Amino acid sequence: MIELRNLSKQFTTIDGPVEALKHINLTVQDGDIYGIIGMSGAGKSTLVRCINMLEKPTEGSVLMDGRDMGTLSEKELRQARRQITMIFQGFNLLMQRTCLKNVMLPLRFGGTDRNAAEKKAKELLELVGLPDKANSYPAQLSGGQQQRVAIARALATEPKVLLCDEATSALDPKTTHAILDLIREINKKLGITVIVITHQMSVVQEICNRVAILEHGTVVEEGTVTEVFANPRAQATRNLINPADTDNDSVFPEGGQRIRVIFNGAIASREPLIAKMAVDCNILASILGASTRSVGDKAYGYILLDIPGTPEDLAKAVSYLSKTPDVTVQVEAEYAAKEGEE
Amino acid sequence: MNFASAFTAERLEEAWQCLLTEFPFAIWETIYSTLLATLFAVIIGLPLGVLLVTGEPKGIRPLPRPVMTVLNVVINLLRSVPFIILMVMIIPLTRLIVGTSVGTVASIVPLTVAAFPFIARLVESSLREVNPNIIEAAQSMGASPWQIVVHVMLPESVPSLITNITLAITTIMGYTAMSGAVGGGGLGKLALAYGYQRYRFAVLYLAVIVLVLITQVLQSFGTWLARKCDKRLRDK
Repeated sequence: MIELRNLSKQFTTIDGPVEALKHINLTVQDGDIYGIIGMSGAGKSTLVRCINMLEKPTEGSVLMDGRDMGTLSEKELRQARRQITMIFQGFNLLMQRTCLKNVMLPLRFGGTDRNAAEKKAKELLELVGLPDKANSYPAQLSGGQQQRVAIARALATEPKVLLCDEATSALDPKTTHAILDLIREINKKLGITVIVITHQMSVVQEICNRVAILEHGTVVEEGTVTEVFANPRAQATRNLINPADTDNDSVFPEGGQRIRVIFNGAIASREPLIAKMAVDCNILASILGASTRSVGDKAYGYILLDIPGTPEDLAKAVSYLSKTPDVTVQVEAEYAAKEGEE
Repeated sequence: MNFASAFTAERLEEAWQCLLTEFPFAIWETIYSTLLATLFAVIIGLPLGVLLVTGEPKGIRPLPRPVMTVLNVVINLLRSVPFIILMVMIIPLTRLIVGTSVGTVASIVPLTVAAFPFIARLVESSLREVNPNIIEAAQSMGASPWQIVVHVMLPESVPSLITNITLAITTIMGYTAMSGAVGGGGLGKLALAYGYQRYRFAVLYLAVIVLVLITQVLQSFGTWLARKCDKRLRDK
């Protein structure tokens, strides 16, 4: 069990002190896959580095099975770090060493003899699905394969906790999925507690059982993933669940009428909402973009629609869609406004 | 003395004889003094280069600030004394170590003293190229500072170290030629004492050509070796 108690971290910069973390209190139970999510700059990376004391907290403590990590000597800390290993966004493999040597590294640091380390490393490469890459160099592998080697390396010392610092952020969606599967498998098979740092809600949703939402260095919401998704209380959580600005960089043709249909826990997944609107109102909307996800039977996210026809049609569509519980509609572009602006 | 008269048939024949008789030993002297000086300079400069990186405030094993300041000042001082002056300045040290200040063996002392601060700076720059995230990863595995240096920083910077040591070797070879002016042996002495002072310009030019050739060979070999050792350049 890992407990963060009143954890704060202050950095001194040229512009004065910066509070990266403010009075964090979290408990991660054994066997959890615990997500810590936040936008960039929220303090996620600092938080995870405080857990294994790569960053020394300014205040508060980190308890690993009741043992205060902050009070350990250098030597004890190195020992403790073998129990809390880490994987990274950039994989951080030694580029001049073979995969096998990379996996052997933490064992060699711990004084395991070469033969035993090699045997263990080979088993681990097998576990992560890369037994044939033992003698390859990291530069010869794809990103997903490199992260697998990094996972094998992180498991070498048989840790109790695995820290994943944006471990899938540099990977494509398919590879992300495969790596998350592997992490879940490791959690189940080996009983390793996993702490996942990410800015992607999809990652939390896919593997975590609990989640903490971090904003400006504070935990604004914490709970089981189902709970938090079903009933997000903090604005930061809603922003993460419904990232309204994800299509900001899209360019739409001028002169159209667009509305954003926002699902905030609507039981819409079973209702063909847009199709029904076509039948009931005779409005043939086309979907310009969408980002929705289901949690249980509830839908979160949004659909961006282009509404053809007159401003009356637009008004009709808005009022029709707004009737559905837990659905809100925002008008993004209308004829009058457009012409008025120009 | 007419410059052109240094290249008469007679002089060229003389230079050719010199190439056959004097050059082989001079080349040997140049090479061994260069390599030995490089070796000693690496033995002293490598650990200093490591300390320059690991000992800084944000390094993996910070050293007290005064220690780092002294280290930097000493290195900068030695780096800023022109070699030919340094050679004369440290004659007492050379006498103390070798027993004499004249000859090829004696020249290795000033060569080493001139080269180790240079090597320290080169090692420093090589080690700084190592991805700091990899060092952080090693720390997260529970590696000690010593283990990080030996198992991570040095192995990861091997290609860069080879490139930089090659640079050092070619520079030190340039220094050996200068040492010919104050008692050192090798091609420099041949060029200066035989070629310049006795107006045998053909010999002077010949010595320079041989120096250029040796430099070229060493540089090409170093570049090739650095590329061969760099596992990032392996084909997929």
